[in-house]
Amino acid sequence: MDTVIKVESISKQYRLGQVGTGSLKDDFKRWRYRLMGKEDPFLKVGEVNDRTKKASTSDYVWALRNINFEVQRGDVLGIIGRNGAGKSTLLKILSRTTAPTTGSLKMKGRIASLLEVGTGFHPELSGRENIFLNGAIMGLRKYEIKNKLDEIIDFSGVERYLDTPVKRYSSGMYVRLAFAVAAHLEPEILIVDEVLAVGDAEFQKKCMGKMKDVGGEGRTVIFVSHNMAAVKTLCNNSILMNHGTISMIDQTDKVIARYLTGDSGNKHSKIFKVKNEIFDLTEINIYNQDKTDSNELEEKSPIVLNTKLFFHSELGHKYHLTYHLNNELGEELFSFGTDTNETPLQLGLNSLNCYFPADFFQSGQYFLSLFIVKDRREAIYFEKDIMSFTVVDSTRQLGTYMGREPGYIKPKFSWKNNNL
Amino acid sequence: MEKNNQEHWDLVIKPKTKWFDLNLRELIRYRDLLWLWVRREYVGVYKQTLLGPAWHFLSPILSTFIYMLIFGRIARMSTDNVPMFLFYNAGIAIWNYFNGCFTSSSGAFLSNANIFGKVYFPRLIMPMASIISTLIKFGIQLLFFLVMYFYYIGFKEYRPEVGWGLFYVPISLFLLGGIGFGFGIIVSSITTKYRDLNQLVGIGMQLLMYATPVIYSFTTLAPEIKTYLEWNPLVAPVECFKYAFFGVGEFSWIKLTYSFGWMLVLIFIGIVQFNKAEKNFMDTV
Repeated sequence: MDTVIKVESISKQYRLGQVGTGSLKDDFKRWRYRLMGKEDPFLKVGEVNDRTKKASTSDYVWALRNINFEVQRGDVLGIIGRNGAGKSTLLKILSRTTAPTTGSLKMKGRIASLLEVGTGFHPELSGRENIFLNGAIMGLRKYEIKNKLDEIIDFSGVERYLDTPVKRYSSGMYVRLAFAVAAHLEPEILIVDEVLAVGDAEFQKKCMGKMKDVGGEGRTVIFVSHNMAAVKTLCNNSILMNHGTISMIDQTDKVIARYLTGDSGNKHSKIFKVKNEIFDLTEINIYNQDKTDSNELEEKSPIVLNTKLFFHSELGHKYHLTYHLNNELGEELFSFGTDTNETPLQLGLNSLNCYFPADFFQSGQYFLSLFIVKDRREAIYFEKDIMSFTVVDSTRQLGTYMGREPGYIKPKFSWKNNNL
Repeated sequence: MEKNNQEHWDLVIKPKTKWFDLNLRELIRYRDLLWLWVRREYVGVYKQTLLGPAWHFLSPILSTFIYMLIFGRIARMSTDNVPMFLFYNAGIAIWNYFNGCFTSSSGAFLSNANIFGKVYFPRLIMPMASIISTLIKFGIQLLFFLVMYFYYIGFKEYRPEVGWGLFYVPISLFLLGGIGFGFGIIVSSITTKYRDLNQLVGIGMQLLMYATPVIYSFTTLAPEIKTYLEWNPLVAPVECFKYAFFGVGEFSWIKLTYSFGWMLVLIFIGIVQFNKAEKNFMDTV
């Protein structure tokens, strides 16, 4: 077998927070250590990257820790994992936009990467000019691009807009052109991040076919996606990432099964040690009503949010709790909470269940902020993003729309055809 | 394992590279990209403007008239018997050129962060492209200057002593471009992490302009001021430029060599810093 990518014990450390006087101080320390011929002192610190963990002692975090793998020529490799598992950091290192902190990476041949919609496009230039620009970025000569021009235009299906600046393009047209360029300039290694979700079903199908062909022609594809159906069709082998490390490399079917069942019980559960004069917050759980051992919450099954509160002083006032729900962009979606009359909070333990019907959440990541309110007026407790959870759609049929539908809720309404 | 060690890899990425690592072969392979960026920089600026490239000489003309009014009429500074319009126009053109080279290379990382974050290509292409497009802009300004220059010779009976001087213009451009580029990429590398420098540089460039004979003539300065200003590596090439067209000012090979030394040192430090910054700048920018 011919190895085209060899990743040897790559790690990547990030500094959290703002660049400021703190980082200047650290830079000086680093510099002093280097002058004395010692190792960088900050490589020893740093913690496993866990987005949800809050209080921590170090400003340094390992986004990737000791990653090793090899990719053979003609392989189509999938990379899956939850948000923050280190997939994008790994892709950034593979596509050379950032360097690893330790370890080395060896590659053969030309690499094309499609990390975001419109990778390397210039908004002011026309579609045609951008094809040349993109090719040149990959290190191609002008005549090489010219040879492929017709094929690219044909595949992208944006012929009419070719002389319009790409800033006027819709996101779908953007990604069509970007993918067409990346796939047709015959890179030896093609890296595709979750970008195809923007295109429509027809184009997604075309892209999947093209990526399969690219793999078949003896070139290599690395494909990152949250869309299990797409990974399943495309990739023979996959990598599962978790907290910046590789937790599994195997055939795609096995890796996906492991990802969906999770490697350690229910992750959507959090124990708290919040204590004050009035109450203790002990636990928040969120789970599918009928499948509690899964790591991910399934769209198509009802979801339960359970909050355990212990009140230890006599309740002279009326209390209730309110959650604010935010999406992964931090936008507030809605708030919901207990009603002081229908679900009063009592002295001692309160185990409060909130039921979301099946098909309520659209797949994605959500954040909950908790308020505990006294007499409907005063918030006596507030914690932003106290809990996060991810909803997935693992049963999507192959050949149907692979992208994510718009919005954050996905209610099933009743329909009736009056002519039937 | 034994076999792998002998295997040929096209690309090996490690956290640290040699401290001077200029991959010329890669830069040459990407030459088409260089020209595309030049084109983009040149075309991009004047997209959606009515007058388009005419701005290249309209704005220097306006500055020339302002300088004529302030430094010529009000402050009555000497122009060494060179017609005022030509004197200031030449000064502005050459200073704009240096300023353009410096400013565009000093923004190499910050203003291209968007595209650098998404794709790889030799980062040095960007500042190189901006030097070339600055040179083109200068060419347009020079063309306008030449028209006026010959107008003054033909119709206003201006008789400069030029001789071989005109051949020195490229030397001046080479030195100023090189110093601007070297200094610019040093600044761009540091500003990826610490933006303070951006503030400093704005004021610094203004001071530097007054420390360079752009709006005054070097020969008419008091000797004690001259000895200080002679340390400024920009003085010799700017004077060289003026000498080329007007036959006045100081022209000295020794001082040009001094500037050349500065240029080499700045470019060397610049490339070392730039290489170091390009590895990780996406994490700190």
